[in-house]
Amino acid sequence: MTIRKTAFGLAALAALATSAPSAFAQDLPAPVQARQGQMDAMALNIGVLAGMARGNTEYDAEAAQAAANNLVALSQIDQRFSWPEGTDNFSLDGSRALPAIWENMAGFTEDYVAFGAAATGLAAVAGDGLEAVQAALGPLGGTCGACHDDFRQSQ
Amino acid sequence: MRRVFLLFLAVAVAVLGILFYLTLPARVPPEELAGLSGDAVAGEAVFWAAGCASCHAPEEARGEDRLVLSGGRAFPSDFGTFRAPNISMDPEHGIGAWSFADFVTALQEGVSPEGRNYYPAFPYTAYRLAERQDLADLWAFWQTLPASDTPSLPHDIGFPFSIRRTVGVWNLLNMPDGFTVTGELSAEAERGRYLAEALAHCAECHTPRDALGGLDRAAWMTGAPNPSGTGTIPPLTPDELRWSEAEIAAYLADGFTPSFDSAGGHMADVIRNLANLSDADRLAIAAYLKALPPAE
Repeated sequence: MTIRKTAFGLAALAALATSAPSAFAQDLPAPVQARQGQMDAMALNIGVLAGMARGNTEYDAEAAQAAANNLVALSQIDQRFSWPEGTDNFSLDGSRALPAIWENMAGFTEDYVAFGAAATGLAAVAGDGLEAVQAALGPLGGTCGACHDDFRQSQ
Repeated sequence: MRRVFLLFLAVAVAVLGILFYLTLPARVPPEELAGLSGDAVAGEAVFWAAGCASCHAPEEARGEDRLVLSGGRAFPSDFGTFRAPNISMDPEHGIGAWSFADFVTALQEGVSPEGRNYYPAFPYTAYRLAERQDLADLWAFWQTLPASDTPSLPHDIGFPFSIRRTVGVWNLLNMPDGFTVTGELSAEAERGRYLAEALAHCAECHTPRDALGGLDRAAWMTGAPNPSGTGTIPPLTPDELRWSEAEIAAYLADGFTPSFDSAGGHMADVIRNLANLSDADRLAIAAYLKALPPAE
């Protein structure tokens, strides 16, 4: 029984080793997974608002408000545990975080604060109608891009 | 022996003479432009489609400040660093003293009013394909733009490209005589081709270049290394860019990818321009991208 199990385990491991891409998400350190998950959550909620702004879905004041509130909440997650040294894109396969983050933590933090301010601005008007959402979404997207420009590896 | 040498010398002089003649900086004669009159409102649409502000407005400029074309941005390349000049309406530091013929000569021949070649970091090879009426409208809009007295910064280009006349030879090899994508196109895709190839000059970044920096038109829009550092500029051919036309058009307006990631890098600047186009024009660009020949 044990031999068979061991053989199966080895075969499975071998299959994994040969077919696996260079980095498994679960191989990444927990802080990297956490910050990538935070970005995904931002994208999910921006998607709700952008879907309305683009006219793909109907404007829904309550859903817009919920998405905007989520973005504010996401902007308030304290980042001190998410960016340990040695988790930049040169150190890790599977991260696009540039070393510039650690060279310029003040600028990085400033960009994050700007995202929070834009999210707060959006949340203040999210229930006021489609045009208000459209107007506030542009500046919010601008803060995403501003930070990505300086601190994320382009693809 | 002496005769052979003399013959060789004569041929060399003749070749140089022909080359000198062929690379003479061209001028658009004002007579060719007679009868054109520009409309500033129409010219604003041309201005945003042509992406002037992407390079000539300061990097941090937003909103109205993107109309201040004071220059200064640096563009690193294999040949050195190019710096976008001041092209605001200032008569001394900008182009406020130019005639319309000067403007068209710059945009379509890549030649300054003094008869010097511009470097092709300035995409005159694209603007060469623009309609003269659009340029008249653009020049009318230009008259409404603010002046900036910020002096232009010099380029930092190594020998032999520091000699501007070498660009004349480059032009012989690289000046297009028509659109790159040919063949049957829908009216919408044709409009998109005009916007993308003549005005928005997408290929300047999205097409790979040869050793001399000329666009490899056989690999049109198939992506390229990023000239400003690491990473790559993505391919736009339909086998690679699988977004729907509506998704492409929406991305060009609000900067969000279909998975609601944000546009970054120079593309964010491009979108700040294209956001000012009509929905129909953004959809036309998307239709053109879908009509591109796939990468081989």
